[in-house]
Amino acid sequence: MSQLDYDKSKAIYKQIIEDFQKQLIRGTLNPGDKIPSQRDYALKVSVNPNTVQRAYQELERIGLTETIRGQGTFVKANTEMISAIRQEMADDILDRFFGEMNSLGYSQQQITEILNRRLMEMKGAITND
Amino acid sequence: MIEFDHVGKRFGNVQALDHLNLQFSPGKIIGLFGPNGAGKSTAMKMIAGLNQPDSGHVLVDGQKPRQSRDKIAFLPEIDYLYGWWTLKQAADFMRSFYADWDDNKYTELLGFLNLREDMKIGKISKGQRAKCKLLLTVSRRAPYLLLDEPLSGIDILTREEIINTLIRDFREGEQTIIISTHEINDVESLVDEVFFIDQGRIVVSGSAEELRMTKGLSLVEIMKEAFRNVQQ
Repeated sequence: MSQLDYDKSKAIYKQIIEDFQKQLIRGTLNPGDKIPSQRDYALKVSVNPNTVQRAYQELERIGLTETIRGQGTFVKANTEMISAIRQEMADDILDRFFGEMNSLGYSQQQITEILNRRLMEMKGAITND
Repeated sequence: MIEFDHVGKRFGNVQALDHLNLQFSPGKIIGLFGPNGAGKSTAMKMIAGLNQPDSGHVLVDGQKPRQSRDKIAFLPEIDYLYGWWTLKQAADFMRSFYADWDDNKYTELLGFLNLREDMKIGKISKGQRAKCKLLLTVSRRAPYLLLDEPLSGIDILTREEIINTLIRDFREGEQTIIISTHEINDVESLVDEVFFIDQGRIVVSGSAEELRMTKGLSLVEIMKEAFRNVQQ
């Protein structure tokens, strides 16, 4: 797993779970892969072992991993679960985006315009490369 | 479990601990945070049996601290090692003194911390001396590990080494680590439970993760908020 660059004002165990989910989505972790032991992971990210334990328990509870006695912890998630998680995380981002834009007083029309402009700019940046 | 029940302690006209009530639950890494002079060291020494309350009482697993010294490995803030000792001599001293000394652990951590037995305590850097103190404390298999300001005045890389040593060595369920510091930023991710102490009293306490979740703040920010409220 990658180095965790966590936000100190949010629960760390949740950020460990999110990091794990993102790795599944990006494909840097795949079904059947072995993940580090709790101790190794705690050391790698310099996080309290009890916090890592809580995150690992949660991953197992929601069915993303399974621990096989004497062998370690493995990714159990299948492609269907992974795409559901991807959708869910994208929805969360969109909910936050629309919530914040609403609080700034942007109408749906204005949001559409901003998004279209941004997308055009991004396209331009890519073709200019 | 370690309990403080209405503990008071006065030095001259300074009230170091003021009816202090707290419970350190076992199996956790606990942060005792507060500014200089808040009472952290006084509380730590009291757990180690090195000073006595004027009022109230302190219990370690139901016993008085002086009767439970073999359960506690204490890393004091001061330099207690002789300058003319080599690290090996210091380790020999500890080995002869404590029945729970673990030679395998000592040898393993010696390498992990990049220390050598022939190093002379008086001739090494402050960071290396801090690592020696840590090594000598952690090499005991004591159920309670008390670390008084283990990070103060030490460079960032050494601080990371110290923190990683604690994570590496932490025996979940059977060990309790209490770490007092005012450098909270360094131990944000290390501690389970936190106690913010000021003027000998607990200002805020709780699980680090719950506090982050309910307040949406880092521990450093929570401390600033708590101490602002105290001063007003």
